[in-house]
Amino acid sequence: MNAHSVYKPQSRFMQWMERRLPIGGLVYSSFIVYPTPRNLNYWWTFGGILSFMLAVQIVTGIVLAMHYTANVNLAFDSVETIMRDVNYGWLLRYIHANGAAFFFVAVYAHIARGMYYGSYKDPREVLWILGVILFLLMVVTGFMGYVLPWGQMSFWAATVITNLFSALPWVGDPIVTWLWGGYAVGNPTLNRFYSLHYLLPFVIAGVVVLHIWALHMVGQNNPTGVEPKTEKDTVAFTPYATAKDGFFLGVFLLFFAWFVFYIPNYLGHSDNYIPANPGQTPMHIVPEWYYLPFYAILRAIPNKLLGVVALGGSIILLAFLPWLDTSRVRSAKYRPLYRQFLLVFFIVVIGLGYLGSQPPEGGYVIAARFLTAYYFVFLLIILPLLGLFETTKPLPNSISEAVLREGLGASAPSDAGR
Amino acid sequence: MDARHKFAFAVAVTALLAGPAMRGALAQEQEVPPPRQHWSFAGPFGLYDPQQLQRGFKIYRQVCSSCHSLKLVAFRNLADAGGPGFTEAQAAAIAASFKVTAGPNDQGEMFQRDGVLADYFPSPFANDQAARNANGGALPPDMSDLAKARSYERGFPWFIFDAFTQYQEEGPDYIHAILNGYEQAPAGVSLPPGAQYNKYFPGHAIGMPQPLTDGQVEYTDGTPATLDQYGRDVAAFLAWASEPKLDERKRLGFQVFVFLIVLTGLLYFTKKRVWHDVLHHPELLEPRPPTEYPRA
Repeated sequence: MNAHSVYKPQSRFMQWMERRLPIGGLVYSSFIVYPTPRNLNYWWTFGGILSFMLAVQIVTGIVLAMHYTANVNLAFDSVETIMRDVNYGWLLRYIHANGAAFFFVAVYAHIARGMYYGSYKDPREVLWILGVILFLLMVVTGFMGYVLPWGQMSFWAATVITNLFSALPWVGDPIVTWLWGGYAVGNPTLNRFYSLHYLLPFVIAGVVVLHIWALHMVGQNNPTGVEPKTEKDTVAFTPYATAKDGFFLGVFLLFFAWFVFYIPNYLGHSDNYIPANPGQTPMHIVPEWYYLPFYAILRAIPNKLLGVVALGGSIILLAFLPWLDTSRVRSAKYRPLYRQFLLVFFIVVIGLGYLGSQPPEGGYVIAARFLTAYYFVFLLIILPLLGLFETTKPLPNSISEAVLREGLGASAPSDAGR
Repeated sequence: MDARHKFAFAVAVTALLAGPAMRGALAQEQEVPPPRQHWSFAGPFGLYDPQQLQRGFKIYRQVCSSCHSLKLVAFRNLADAGGPGFTEAQAAAIAASFKVTAGPNDQGEMFQRDGVLADYFPSPFANDQAARNANGGALPPDMSDLAKARSYERGFPWFIFDAFTQYQEEGPDYIHAILNGYEQAPAGVSLPPGAQYNKYFPGHAIGMPQPLTDGQVEYTDGTPATLDQYGRDVAAFLAWASEPKLDERKRLGFQVFVFLIVLTGLLYFTKKRVWHDVLHHPELLEPRPPTEYPRA
């Protein structure tokens, strides 16, 4: 989508600059006049929130790295030194640890919005796949970060997760030894996790640039799923989208601050305040809450290899959504059946999250199997069939028509719950 | 049935399907949850009570420290803001009353000297093996992080309410409960040799003999010298030892909240103002240069 209005530098310096490096023009066309659909609701603010959280994580992480020591004998105490003796070290660490959690809150909201409004469909397939890659990178980075404090949960999570690769036939055990850098999770493992935990956020930042680039090629989707046709359908990014993003970022930060300042250990596990002890397995090994749905899928399947395949498949399949979903209508607003099945899918994922936190026994496993079955049936069977059989509601001719029809509240946050 | 009702219906169906399965699993748990105590440091404005921390420190020093280390706490911390409120001179005097291993000296020998503010609390045993050997095979855990390293299962739906009520004191509640949980083992329960029965300990067989009884530690400030009170005081002290920056965190948190609420409010009215014409007077908007919409 090309905005035809051209950047005309005012100052002599910017005129000089623009002939050499047209960065002013890039910012102007991408973040000022860039046309954004006028009917975007608050679910569209999570992209900006995610960029903000990435910056928060990188900045706090770099400072934490100045005080952290990646050695099995020193790591735990170095984190405690940060908490006790580094100026505002407790703040940096609590922001970073809860920041990871809120990064995932935002990414799940962002993904759910994409699924609800069909944002992955033609022409946004590459944009969506880049998003799935970003999510995968976040999962890996977050996991490695959780290992660094070298508490009991750090150690045992590292052991359980790396051991998953041993399920692969033939190459499994050599891969695990290679990942560990030895024959057990130990100092080489901690060192490489630290190195990669520092590297991957910058890879994420790079893919974010591609993600935004792809976004600016195809433009944003919107709650109607109908593409903008004229200037009446869009508003300029600045000030409209920036004002809206700014406000909702403030709301998001209020929630974030609640956790950082008042319940900083709520999302963590108390066992991670016990130094890692390879000789003592904790009663229940659980990952951080944002991995629980996938952990539940892993444990729901009795065969280890199939469990690992299901775990990987549950994320990889998302990349194929543009082709699994055969409907040409984007927004769930106009797809009554899809809407129902999708809302159940969201509830199922939350249910799996709860089951992932419980011991893998009795009724919990049975429930997890039912929910896992729905997860895959929804993606592999319901989605392709729905597109063929579902009767969709009539689409509006344009965004502005939809806005007029629904009244002025179209941009209210309650839009998605209707 | 409108969409909202359908959503509620879907939730209800899921709950019905998953509910009985979960109840079966929950019935297996028979842990007794620790009774909730009142803590001065609970809630958004709760801070440590220095008097209570001093009493708790007295108990740690006279009782716990004979088996439990406190490796991450230094004597200087006793005089830190938001702590037990000792003066620097008092903290130095406490430090001097401990013997610390230092060295090596010029002859290459380790030697004992009086503690100074910069020293950390010395551990009662040379290493974990020595500690186990002296305690019938059980290892008394280090107490520096104990109040954050212990918890108990809150279960659904309580863990959700905890996020709103800011219940963060599972650890201190648990420590208080353990100290008050020693009982005669019920008939039919056999304990491994050397173990005691404790109502609140997971599995009930605890290696630690009952450490505190009524009147064991002398209080000079009129506080009742009861086991119940000892449990609360030492748990509060351990809460401070594990989270010494709690006072600073809550004070800063309040300032951040005031700032964020004002900022978010201003951003809300900014947004409202900016969008006003788009929503209500689109005819007043300046015409924008044409844009190419490739898929229109």
